[in-house]
Amino acid sequence: MHHVVLERWSRGDSPLHRRDPRAKTLALLIFLVLVATSRVPFLPLGAAYFCLLIAALVWARLPLAAALARSSVVLPFSVVFAGISLMAGDATRAGALLVKSYLSALAVLLVISTTPMPQLLRGLEGLGVPRFLLMVAQFLYRYLFVISEEAQHMRAASIARGASVRGMVAHRARFRSAAGALAVLFARSYARAESIHQAMLARGFEGRFHLLSASRFRWQDALFLFAAGGLAAAIRLAVERAAL
Amino acid sequence: MMPLIEVRGLHFHYDDGTAALNGVDFQLLPGETVVLLGANGSGKTTFVLHLNGLLLGQGEIEVCGMRMSKQNLPQIRHKIGLVFQDSETQLFMPTVLEDVAFGPLNGGMSPEQARQRAHAALEVTGMLEAARKAPYHLSAGEKKRVAIAGILAMQPEILILDEPTTYLDPPGQSSLIQLLRSLPQAKILVTHDAGFAEALAQRACFFERGMITGTGTVRELVQRFGWDRTGVKIAQ
Repeated sequence: MHHVVLERWSRGDSPLHRRDPRAKTLALLIFLVLVATSRVPFLPLGAAYFCLLIAALVWARLPLAAALARSSVVLPFSVVFAGISLMAGDATRAGALLVKSYLSALAVLLVISTTPMPQLLRGLEGLGVPRFLLMVAQFLYRYLFVISEEAQHMRAASIARGASVRGMVAHRARFRSAAGALAVLFARSYARAESIHQAMLARGFEGRFHLLSASRFRWQDALFLFAAGGLAAAIRLAVERAAL
Repeated sequence: MMPLIEVRGLHFHYDDGTAALNGVDFQLLPGETVVLLGANGSGKTTFVLHLNGLLLGQGEIEVCGMRMSKQNLPQIRHKIGLVFQDSETQLFMPTVLEDVAFGPLNGGMSPEQARQRAHAALEVTGMLEAARKAPYHLSAGEKKRVAIAGILAMQPEILILDEPTTYLDPPGQSSLIQLLRSLPQAKILVTHDAGFAEALAQRACFFERGMITGTGTVRELVQRFGWDRTGVKIAQ
């Protein structure tokens, strides 16, 4: 599964893996803002940022080709909007849209591939993201595996009883049975949520998660944040000045 | 000897009107292991959920001398450790260590104390090496051991295990028997598995239609209710 690979990567060891999740998240935010607010033509700056991200991927000891391929998952969405810009006769904007969305996805992938999910959520909490939202994200992540397994079992059970999975949308009866299966999956997920809540209550849960360990923001993390944010800003300034 | 658990005249109806418990009387003495046998839907799981206050029926329940009430619920939940049938349900934290420390932290322990408790419980269940792993990377038997560690970390006086052999292969069952034998707490085991029950329990209660219709040794009840078809005999 997609997120199993990302999780394996996130458990690796590199200077980037060891940085505090708050530093990485803030650096990511700075990068995303710099990418999003840069003006067209974006391609020279895009090329410079691409090189920067490649260097970070190498530094994080992540498999380069696989990471680049995974980031392209965002392209089908941005291609639609790029297509609209292209039809409006603005090819430069269409190109910038594609490059910006790809670079943003690559940067996000870099952060989640170097930060295990529990640490990332804890870092977000440290940055003031509402605890309830993070709890939902944590449970979603934890039980995504279980729900996906249940979905696979249901699919196997339906195939074993002669159902065909091809052309499910095209054929009305098949579409109806797929919708039914989805409803059953929802009901099962709901029942599981109830059971999980019972298991939490049984171990004294009273509505608040207590943390086992708090991560410390060290000087290396501050240095990383200033270096990463400063480098991204400096590259943009230099490229924009050269274009003038 | 004062019983650890005393239940008198427990009745419970689900919201759809199904009568799940129809007057259950039950006692658990210190140090003993009691097995609850009975068919699916006979009320075993509904009964044990009452002992932890997860369901509230009519009747009297006393745990370690405390009456079941909203005020006593936090203490009662730290006296009774409930291991659910599906370990997947119980292991909801991102790592094994955090999951095992969940109960102690809720009990008001400092992170350092909770970590020590969790380490000790994982050591007892032989899962210390998996402390940093994510629960979904474990086998069914390992998940069960971690779920038990999560309960042991709370240092309960009573252990309740609901269908503990579900998803376990025969070696996994044997290893679970060894582990449970080594634990000093009084235990209630809910199971269909007569062999497993016989390997562990001194006493058995047979559930039918929400009532206890027979009490005796596992062998006696197995013969009386014809319950030996599914049992895997495990040498004692």
